[in-house]
Amino acid sequence: MFTAQDYKKGQPRWCPGCGDHFFLANLHKALAEIGVAPQDIAVISGIGCSSRLPHYMATYGMNTIHGRAAAIATGVKVTNPRLDVWQISGDGDGLAIGGNHFIHANRRNIDLNMILLNNRIYGLTKGQYSPTSPRGFVSKSSPYGTVEDPFRPAELCFGARGHFFARAVATDAPGTIEVLKAARAHKGASVTEILQNCVIFNNGTHESVYTPAGRKKNAIYVRHGEKLVFGENSEYGLVQQGFGLKVVEIGKDGYTIDDILVHDAHAEDNTLQLKLALMGDGDGFPIALGVIRDVEAPTYNDAVEAQIAEVSAQKKYHTFAELLETNDIWEVK
Amino acid sequence: MADRLDIKELEQVVVRFSGDSGDGMQLAGNIFSTISATVGNSISTFPDYPADIRAPQGSLTGVSGFQVHIGAGQVYTPGDLCDVLVAMNAAAFKTQLRYAKPTATIIIDTDAFGPKDLEKAEFKTADYIAEMSVDPDRVIACPLTTMVKDALADTDMDQKSVLKCRNMFALGLVCWLFSRDLDVAFNFLREKFAKKPAIAEANIKVIQAGYDYGHNTHSSAMNVYRIDTKEKVPGRYMDITGNKATAYGFIAAAEKAGLQLYLGSYPITPATDVLHELSKHKSLGVKTVQCEDEIAGCASAVGASFAGALAVTSTSGPGICLKSEAMNLAVIMELPLVVLDVQRGGPATGLPTKSEQTDLLQVLFGRNGESPMPVLAALSPTDCFYAAYDAAKIALEHMTPVVLLTDAFVANGSGAFRLPDMAQMPAICPPYVPEELRGKWTPYMRDEATGSRYWAVPGREGFTHILGGLEKDNRTGAISTNPENHDLMTRLRAEKVARIQVPDLEVIGDKDDADLLIVGFGSTYGHLHAAMDELRAAGRKVALAQLRYLNPLPANTAEVLKRYPHVIVAEQNMGQLAAYLRMKVDGFVPAQFNQVKGQPFVVSELVAAFQQI
Repeated sequence: MFTAQDYKKGQPRWCPGCGDHFFLANLHKALAEIGVAPQDIAVISGIGCSSRLPHYMATYGMNTIHGRAAAIATGVKVTNPRLDVWQISGDGDGLAIGGNHFIHANRRNIDLNMILLNNRIYGLTKGQYSPTSPRGFVSKSSPYGTVEDPFRPAELCFGARGHFFARAVATDAPGTIEVLKAARAHKGASVTEILQNCVIFNNGTHESVYTPAGRKKNAIYVRHGEKLVFGENSEYGLVQQGFGLKVVEIGKDGYTIDDILVHDAHAEDNTLQLKLALMGDGDGFPIALGVIRDVEAPTYNDAVEAQIAEVSAQKKYHTFAELLETNDIWEVK
Repeated sequence: MADRLDIKELEQVVVRFSGDSGDGMQLAGNIFSTISATVGNSISTFPDYPADIRAPQGSLTGVSGFQVHIGAGQVYTPGDLCDVLVAMNAAAFKTQLRYAKPTATIIIDTDAFGPKDLEKAEFKTADYIAEMSVDPDRVIACPLTTMVKDALADTDMDQKSVLKCRNMFALGLVCWLFSRDLDVAFNFLREKFAKKPAIAEANIKVIQAGYDYGHNTHSSAMNVYRIDTKEKVPGRYMDITGNKATAYGFIAAAEKAGLQLYLGSYPITPATDVLHELSKHKSLGVKTVQCEDEIAGCASAVGASFAGALAVTSTSGPGICLKSEAMNLAVIMELPLVVLDVQRGGPATGLPTKSEQTDLLQVLFGRNGESPMPVLAALSPTDCFYAAYDAAKIALEHMTPVVLLTDAFVANGSGAFRLPDMAQMPAICPPYVPEELRGKWTPYMRDEATGSRYWAVPGREGFTHILGGLEKDNRTGAISTNPENHDLMTRLRAEKVARIQVPDLEVIGDKDDADLLIVGFGSTYGHLHAAMDELRAAGRKVALAQLRYLNPLPANTAEVLKRYPHVIVAEQNMGQLAAYLRMKVDGFVPAQFNQVKGQPFVVSELVAAFQQI
């Protein structure tokens, strides 16, 4: 049995109030609940504020170079599939410089727990817009507002054929721990987006859901097999209308609880899951939190091991000396 | 036998097979070199592929060549110019003649010299032999395609399959010219086409037809040659290309070290065959990941190394540009990694299928910060095996990334490889954290003798730790920006590489009284050796020092370079080795021979240049 303390190391150096502090504490707690021994965990990050995280873990880990965490984690997992591999990236590290590795780790479905700490800003370089900053966002590198659209992480994950996507707010301990456990339980690549604040350079970016009161009003917790209802008294729900979703008030306009959609995180078809994931951002819909997609599929690392076993059983050579003998050999006497 | 009466003995001969890229010239060349090696001749081969993926049939850019040099004694290169040129079509005749000696015998398929073929090959007249100023007596002009069709008339093969056998007719003719025993070729084909016996038998029929054609038609006009065998080194041999030998070296090293072999790679000419080769050997537990890009190839290998594998990434020059940052990560984290650079012509995409030695300074110095990295360069196709093994041994025992330089020439060329005995290969012992350091260990504690840090592989209880690209405190392993600590860590990393023991630089030839020392590195060994031999045969006192270890340099390098009255550094770049040696050896000012043509050196050109010194 392990406690959160067993995964903890050192004194974090993030700014007071940074979302990274909350996430780190929740990761420690989640790992204690999962119960994997610290020596069997590798935490791999790139570069950025959030990528400092491995330094505060009493596990194996690497705080590597900008953008490459997913590629490096791939090498770790393929080499030793028994390790529990957590990949920590911010929105810049994971989706800008590391975008290529992000999509291919998802496509390959390698069993990595990929955490995307999204504060929609470059913090370590002191305040430039990131690939998740909204259009028109004013920052040091966009004094007149950005002239580009952001990535929506779920869309990118789904576009890359990702099989797991979850979302939590850094300050929401139970919500974060729940999705981290689900991400760990999922076999294959999992993407967990953590909405977090940057108090210095992008204060208030996720304000609508950053407090319990805000989440009651502006978020919907989705759980597989449960009705998609939200609101302070669960008075609202989601129904399908035409090609889209619609928010309805239960008991009004003829809608009853029976009309409300039941969440299916296990559906192979990601159409409605994507619609859930894209809600929010001032469109009148709540922001979806929880496990949005969780579909089983063959993992890359399992397939590698299976192929090695299969080919080993077929081939007659298993040592280098035996390999040499498979060639056309002649003898000079 | 009557036809053996006019056999002439030869010391060595160079044969070049050429034709359209679909004409099977590589296979014909391979079989001929295998037959020759089997009787104990020394061989050296060089395939010369067209740069285009599939140029239009019969066009000048679509010509593929395969050159083989066979000798009674040791041969060091695939040869400058050929004694026999096989030209399967007009385009090959036109483009390959420049690789033939003025006295060379030329075999052509007259069926492939029709008006359209001549037009595609940009001939101006119908008399292509005169147009190229070739003595018709040197040409064996035969309606090769017609004869192949005749030979296979009684089979039910379709036209396309019949035409695929043309290369075997040429092979049969060459075998007759050099009095080769066809049985070896027959066995080779029966094994290669074990699952398609009909194809094997058709090919055999055509080889025999080619052989008989030579014997019946040209016996009176042409000489037949024999290359005898001297200086045999007993043992069991196989033909191996440099890329395959490199892959084998990594497999052998991983096995010796008791580690899993991991390759992270992205396809790139001319390195891709290493990825192909290693991908086959799942039954040896080899794991290969074809990554999304060059960066991921190297980055994933760094991850594999952290997790306890012998980690390799393979590429060519453009890939090194992309891998540099992750290579540096391995430098600062002090993790073992082998980076294979199969050099090609540059800059940028440059000459992808051609050979150069132009990445030397890039791999030595082309990274940010103080970034010391051991560098080795393989001397020949078969040496690729030992160089890959040595690179892996250095990486694993000294906890450092290592660059192994080969190039398109050695990677695609082949030689007779004497099968190594694994028991005789040196042990590989990575510095795992000793158990007695439990509780006291920090990541940058070092082995006193080598200066290398210890390796703690994830999964081992009691040794959890964090590595990273940020500078670390030498004692605690925590992130540190302390000025004295950074200075110390920089020196410790340099010292660790400098302390690696490498064999002394060997001088061959007139090592005691040479007037001229030739200096080269890596794959030019054969050409420089052959040039030295020619100069010595002409009475000049000459020696050769070929560098295999570029960093650290052998301890006696300065002494060797200053020992002789004249020194010339010959390399396939604009003087990178010369510049490096001048930096490393005070007062060393060599003459230079530099050529960047994308082609191997030409021995006669080297000899002419060295005579001027």
